[in-house]
Amino acid sequence: MNTSSLIQSVTDRFRDAVLSSHGWRGDATVLVRREFLVEVARHLKEDPALQMNYLMDLTAVDYSSFGKKPAPAFFSSAGVAVRPSSQIPDEAPWPGPPERSRYAVVYHFYSMAHKHRLRLVVPVEEAADGTVAPVDSLTGLWPGANWLEREIWDMFGIGFRGHPNLKRILMYEGFEGHPLRKDYPVNKRQPLIGPVN
Amino acid sequence: METPPTSKTTAAARTDPAEIETRDMLLNIGPAHPAMHGIIRIVAKLDGEQIKDAEVEIGYLHRGFEKMAEVVDYNGVIPYTDRLNYVSPLINNMGYCMAVEKLLGISVPERCHYVRVILSEISRISDHLTCVGATAMELGSFTVFLYLIKAREFLWELVEKVTGARLTVTYCRVGGVKADLPDDFEGPCRKAFAETRKVLVEADGLLTRNRIFTDRMNGTGVISAEDAISYGITGPFLRATGAEYDVRKDCPYAVYDRLPFDVPVGTRGDNMDRFLVRMEEMEQSMRIVEAALRDLPPGPVLVNPETGRPIPAAEMVDLAKMGKIEAITGGCAVACPTLGGSGRDRHPSIATDEKRVFLPPKEDGYGNIEGLMQQFKLVMHGHGVRPPKGEVYFPVEGANGELGFYVVSDGSGSAYRVRVRPPCFAIMSALHTLLVGDMMADMVPTFGSVNMIGGELDR
Repeated sequence: MNTSSLIQSVTDRFRDAVLSSHGWRGDATVLVRREFLVEVARHLKEDPALQMNYLMDLTAVDYSSFGKKPAPAFFSSAGVAVRPSSQIPDEAPWPGPPERSRYAVVYHFYSMAHKHRLRLVVPVEEAADGTVAPVDSLTGLWPGANWLEREIWDMFGIGFRGHPNLKRILMYEGFEGHPLRKDYPVNKRQPLIGPVN
Repeated sequence: METPPTSKTTAAARTDPAEIETRDMLLNIGPAHPAMHGIIRIVAKLDGEQIKDAEVEIGYLHRGFEKMAEVVDYNGVIPYTDRLNYVSPLINNMGYCMAVEKLLGISVPERCHYVRVILSEISRISDHLTCVGATAMELGSFTVFLYLIKAREFLWELVEKVTGARLTVTYCRVGGVKADLPDDFEGPCRKAFAETRKVLVEADGLLTRNRIFTDRMNGTGVISAEDAISYGITGPFLRATGAEYDVRKDCPYAVYDRLPFDVPVGTRGDNMDRFLVRMEEMEQSMRIVEAALRDLPPGPVLVNPETGRPIPAAEMVDLAKMGKIEAITGGCAVACPTLGGSGRDRHPSIATDEKRVFLPPKEDGYGNIEGLMQQFKLVMHGHGVRPPKGEVYFPVEGANGELGFYVVSDGSGSAYRVRVRPPCFAIMSALHTLLVGDMMADMVPTFGSVNMIGGELDR
């Protein structure tokens, strides 16, 4: 399936769940409400026309400082800065990050049978007191999600409901904070601790 | 004198196995262990010699690649990508640069694609050589290890010839490559391949029918294709199970769709199949390089009209002293081996013509105001390559599997977010299923065939 028909098939099936979609640079992308994630993912995996048997990648983005860097005059940051190539289709500009959500959890699916890819973006809100709404875990559908979700918890502090073993993976147990959040300073130092046991 | 225990009492003690007290033993392997090439900890629960459970702990080599990539500019990330999979850095360079090029919406000249393909296949061979060699060494075949490292040395000499470095090459740029291939590349390349093929035949003879090696590789570390896919495993590790997925074939990038090569697959998904798949992939990679060298579009070459050879810098000085400036006017000299190909003559064939992305040739940067401005706008703080706002994911076939880069841009001079999909992360997350049920000693070949690279695993 090509980009537009992929988006169309997911949008038609889940009218309530899909927030928006785009095919910028040929990457089929669908924004899905947090509550519908597992339902949509199961459909992607099991529907014979989609057969997304691979959860290729699972990551998150902290959009809290998006667009807040001052843009110099050399390239205007709006619109297409560089002449687009004829090889890469690009009809409409990128619609921008999800609105009113600090984080987005990004899933990349691939179908070995149909050789198509789909990106699922799940906006995750942060409450005023700093608590991040948990996302449903996909470990039941893809065991490979286990470590990837642990990494997101480690790096962004986004929790996953139903995860069997949600603990840090790259950083150590006594580490404070979540390093890939935009408010974590890049040069912050923390004392190295000895082994826990 | 003490009487030896009679056979009767021994037999009585053995009659009821339930009465013998047995306990599982926890064995801690790593983080620094001679059999673990890479810093990783495995806590194995053993029942006798059999592994009942294994917990894999990673993160010892975490350097904050993704955080650093948000701080430096787009081209500044390239040296960091060298340190992801440090056995095949050119593939990482290529993957990152192609992701940013997709973000920018630019394409590179055809010759540049071919140069990138040639070098990434050479890197793939050197990666597989290292993996096979290290596995063989851990199973006692130290000779094979030395032979394969010798072959890797031939390939690294080629890499050094092109990039000027052996390991941390930083060769690709957003929108092109640093320099063109040197003029005398094809001959040494064919010679290095001939040597590598000789070594591969030797290694094949020493390993493939070697009882000690095959007995330890056959039937150990087995994973089914369904399990491998559910864990997101790609690359030779997946293909050994019989599933056929290769990014170069299924989602072709650069010029892979024009080059002839086969994708070897295994049937059983054990260590032996992974070894055989890697051995065959090396041969296929050499086939790709040979075809790419044949099809390589010619780059413009500046030659001395009198001798018919490219002009080295020293010769240029001599010519100028003799007043023979017509041969060198408007041209450029071969300045040094690594920058030789990036002069004004070769520049259009290896780099995009988009001035807002790629540095000008050095003659222009030093020689005229337009070139100076172009250079300034790209390297000064607060300027640089500026893709439009957006997000892209671009996968390439790394030596261990699909190496993907997910880049988000907010329109500023540095990436908003760079995410690497490291191929061995997926394999490591499935490692416990590979180990459970096998003997303790089987951990060594299984871990060897994973080809864990700490740099890309922990980033």
